[in-house]
Amino acid sequence: MTITVGTELPPLTVEVTPTFVVATALATRDFQDVHHDRDAAVTRGSRDIFLNILTDTGLVQRFVTDWAGPDALVRSVDLRLGVPCYAGDELTFTGSVAEVDGHDVTVSVSGTDSLGQHVSATVRIEVAA
Amino acid sequence: MSAAADRATTDSATTDGAATDGAAADGRGDPAGAGRRIEEAAREITEAGPSAPEPARDPVNQAMINNWVEAIGDANPVYTDAEAAAASVHGELVAPPAMAQVWTMRGLYGVRPPDDPLRRATELLDEAGYTSVVATDSAQTYHRYLRPGEHVAASSVLENIVGPKRTALGEGWFVTTRTTWYVGDEAVAEMTFRILKFRPPEQQATGHSTGTTNAGTTGEAGTTGEAGTTAGGRDAPSGAATTDTAGSGDDGRGDSGTGDSGGGEGRAAEAAQVLRPVVTRDNAFFWDGLREGELRIQRWGETLRHPPGPMPPDGDLNAEPDYVVAAGTGTVYSFLVHHHPPVPGKRLPFVLALVELDEGVRMLGELHGVDPADVHIGLAVEASFDRIDDELTLPAWRVRS
Repeated sequence: MTITVGTELPPLTVEVTPTFVVATALATRDFQDVHHDRDAAVTRGSRDIFLNILTDTGLVQRFVTDWAGPDALVRSVDLRLGVPCYAGDELTFTGSVAEVDGHDVTVSVSGTDSLGQHVSATVRIEVAA
Repeated sequence: MSAAADRATTDSATTDGAATDGAAADGRGDPAGAGRRIEEAAREITEAGPSAPEPARDPVNQAMINNWVEAIGDANPVYTDAEAAAASVHGELVAPPAMAQVWTMRGLYGVRPPDDPLRRATELLDEAGYTSVVATDSAQTYHRYLRPGEHVAASSVLENIVGPKRTALGEGWFVTTRTTWYVGDEAVAEMTFRILKFRPPEQQATGHSTGTTNAGTTGEAGTTGEAGTTAGGRDAPSGAATTDTAGSGDDGRGDSGTGDSGGGEGRAAEAAQVLRPVVTRDNAFFWDGLREGELRIQRWGETLRHPPGPMPPDGDLNAEPDYVVAAGTGTVYSFLVHHHPPVPGKRLPFVLALVELDEGVRMLGELHGVDPADVHIGLAVEASFDRIDDELTLPAWRVRS
């Protein structure tokens, strides 16, 4: 794979079903009720249960390694949150290579849902020689 | 502090409002003094240094890895397929780096220890009336991959508490902590984590009770039914809460605003959130003009001036200004692309352009309908008008075709 600045990653769309929100919250050991109890989430002013931040980190990592392959080493995931991602929405990741320095590659990632930008992230990976 | 006790504390602060919230009332009455007290207490927490490393409940293990990759949908074989992992750069099975934080999550009934800086910072700001929380940033660095069987421990230190900041969610303080995960003495991963602890605004809309919400947005969320957010915060000392994502629905949260409306859903909420200009005798004609779809430039004799001021550039106190209506065409003199923090009513990123009008003055406004990558100095633009509500219209730009 030739990696150059501007290389676009294949987009990844995740159906954010209630099951997905709950399964990922529990798999990341995040037991906040807003990630599994819709009534509680609504009572607190949210529209529905929503994704937790550890899942965003995981999805961003997956999005990049799906493209970079199993021998890429993930060195950092730096992310900022925007609008929430509620159950029932669709989350689409897009990304492109921002920097290449030898084996070190920096990828810019954006995850958007129907409300707008849910997450923006920068991921540094080291690719195989 | 138990989660239940924490909940009770927060409920009283939020549902009873300012009347019974002594700390909050104090903060409002003497904001500078309250701010100094928070800053001093923050310094103490920072100077106390890192908390004692707290071991994860379980060692890094295949069962939790399997649960995680199944839920996330990550098919990378180095996490689950021993044969593929052996043939990979790792030479053996490894854990997903993004699970670093998962290992030390405190679980269903977890409580942060008393020396935990995030717990101390949360208590400090709760007492000052900043009872709600949203997470805003997470930056994780992985020094190496972890292998099943390794046992990590986490230690955190307070980097800083910055504020008070006016945000879309209410006045608040940004709390930044730094966590290091160790295996023995070896640092294997680090994270900088930032939350906003904010004072939930008092309810603005009628027909919605704040009584049941003890965190997150109140007024704006209620008016649109759209948004939301976060909760979580109240349980911040209990661990999982601090990892909540959030945001205030369509319009994000943020640290300041140029005041403007992105349009679309949540319009009423956005209008309520926009930071409104200070209209004075000197600039009222400008804002009046925008409402009528005119871009007006202050004129002192032959001299145009923008932004409008109380006197001409030569300082003649007897002069009286009038104005001209600009043609509305110009070119980008300078611009910035705003990526962060979120701004009320904005989709990120957005472009803020300083436009040199054909009349010669320069004027700021959001540049709409263009890919930020395509904006450049000299780009030909024309005026457009962002109507926020009956009172307020903001100047804006679009690319001239």
